[in-house]
Amino acid sequence: MSNHYDPTKDISPSAAYPEVSVHHHHSDDAEFKKRVKKTTILLSVITVIELAIGFLIYFLHKGEPPYFFILLLKGIVCILTLAKAYYIVSVFMHLGDEIRNFIMTIVVPLALFIWFIIAFLADGQSYKNLRNRYDKHFEETTMPSSHTTPAEAPAKGEGH
Amino acid sequence: MAHEATVNTHRTKWWSGGKSPFNIEYGKVMMWYFLMSDAFTFGAFLISYGTTRFSQNFWPDPNVVFNALPGAGHANLPLVFVSIMTFILIISSVTMVLAVHAGHNRNKADVQKWLLWTIIGGLAFLGCQALEWHHLLTAEHATLIDGKIELISQTTRHNPWGQLVHGPELTAALQNSSPETLATLIHENHLSTASHAELAKMPVDQLAQMVSSSDIHVRETGPVAFGGFFYGITGFHGFHVFSGVIINIVMLLMTRSNVFENKGHYLMIEKAGLYWHFVDLVWVFVFLCFYLI
Repeated sequence: MSNHYDPTKDISPSAAYPEVSVHHHHSDDAEFKKRVKKTTILLSVITVIELAIGFLIYFLHKGEPPYFFILLLKGIVCILTLAKAYYIVSVFMHLGDEIRNFIMTIVVPLALFIWFIIAFLADGQSYKNLRNRYDKHFEETTMPSSHTTPAEAPAKGEGH
Repeated sequence: MAHEATVNTHRTKWWSGGKSPFNIEYGKVMMWYFLMSDAFTFGAFLISYGTTRFSQNFWPDPNVVFNALPGAGHANLPLVFVSIMTFILIISSVTMVLAVHAGHNRNKADVQKWLLWTIIGGLAFLGCQALEWHHLLTAEHATLIDGKIELISQTTRHNPWGQLVHGPELTAALQNSSPETLATLIHENHLSTASHAELAKMPVDQLAQMVSSSDIHVRETGPVAFGGFFYGITGFHGFHVFSGVIINIVMLLMTRSNVFENKGHYLMIEKAGLYWHFVDLVWVFVFLCFYLI
């Protein structure tokens, strides 16, 4: 494929160095189409599973939601989303076919997200806890009623 | 394997100067670094949304907020419309892969064909988003405000998706509401065959009875931040889709006028493709944060 490049017009490495191809993936048409088809089906299936879990959460919310089960379902959806992201980046964007050093210059900075997400969600959580402790009005007006036990709910009603 | 061979070459002479140590052309490297920085922008937006959400005792259930489908009236169809949008974007990502591949093979006709499909997919997505925003901004919902029922829509200042109101609180709110508001609510939900004007003249008791015996949900106001984050982040993503469509149109026109054919390669399509896939990638996370969890 590198003989398509004219070094006088193109300064890309493959043109300057014919022994180095820009296209690391020398897959033929049939193999390529198969790979794209496989990835498309995979992405669709993951999306359908995510939607199914979304509906499951919706129907559980109608009843008394078991808190940790919902959390588990949401965690599964997050992992499925990361799987989708992996396939999009690695197959559709061909990052998986690049040189390892280049992949690392992209992926290593993204590791900042690990700190970013944990730190800022913990910050929000802490703010909520502090407000609930010191701002009783906030707690009373915003806490979902399902969090108050049936025993204390009528007692509150009598107080009014 | 070809892969091992490149790694080997890279070890021996890639960094000795005179060639790309990453074996990619400059433009593609820079597109990747731009996309990485853009990932941090979107990440920061989504994480700030997460921080706000974690700081609240109550957050609206996305299945309740996003339950409309254009043309389906008041039917309760959670997640259906946004699934359609998600599949549109996945498919348009696939057509972009095919356009890039056709570029590798220097197949001008196929590049044009797949670029066109990608553009159509992008426009379809934007159209869906416009419909979704229009519905959220204009559809009014019965909300408990200051002890009475008001009809409000989802804006950056108001959120009608609070906790459900029922029991004595609902009865009192219905009694305090204006007949005008209740008449509008009844009329829009087709609970009565009477006209709006006739309904507005009815006593409040009768109107309140009609509402409380129906399946209309009355909610408290929800967290105001919801609207700003939703419109801000999906709007910023929509803007990326829009600019991606523009870039793809430019690519289509350049392909048509033989710019890449004369250059001898279609590497520019590859960079446009990277941008387009990134738009799809971001949607995967927006979809997760706003619609699924």
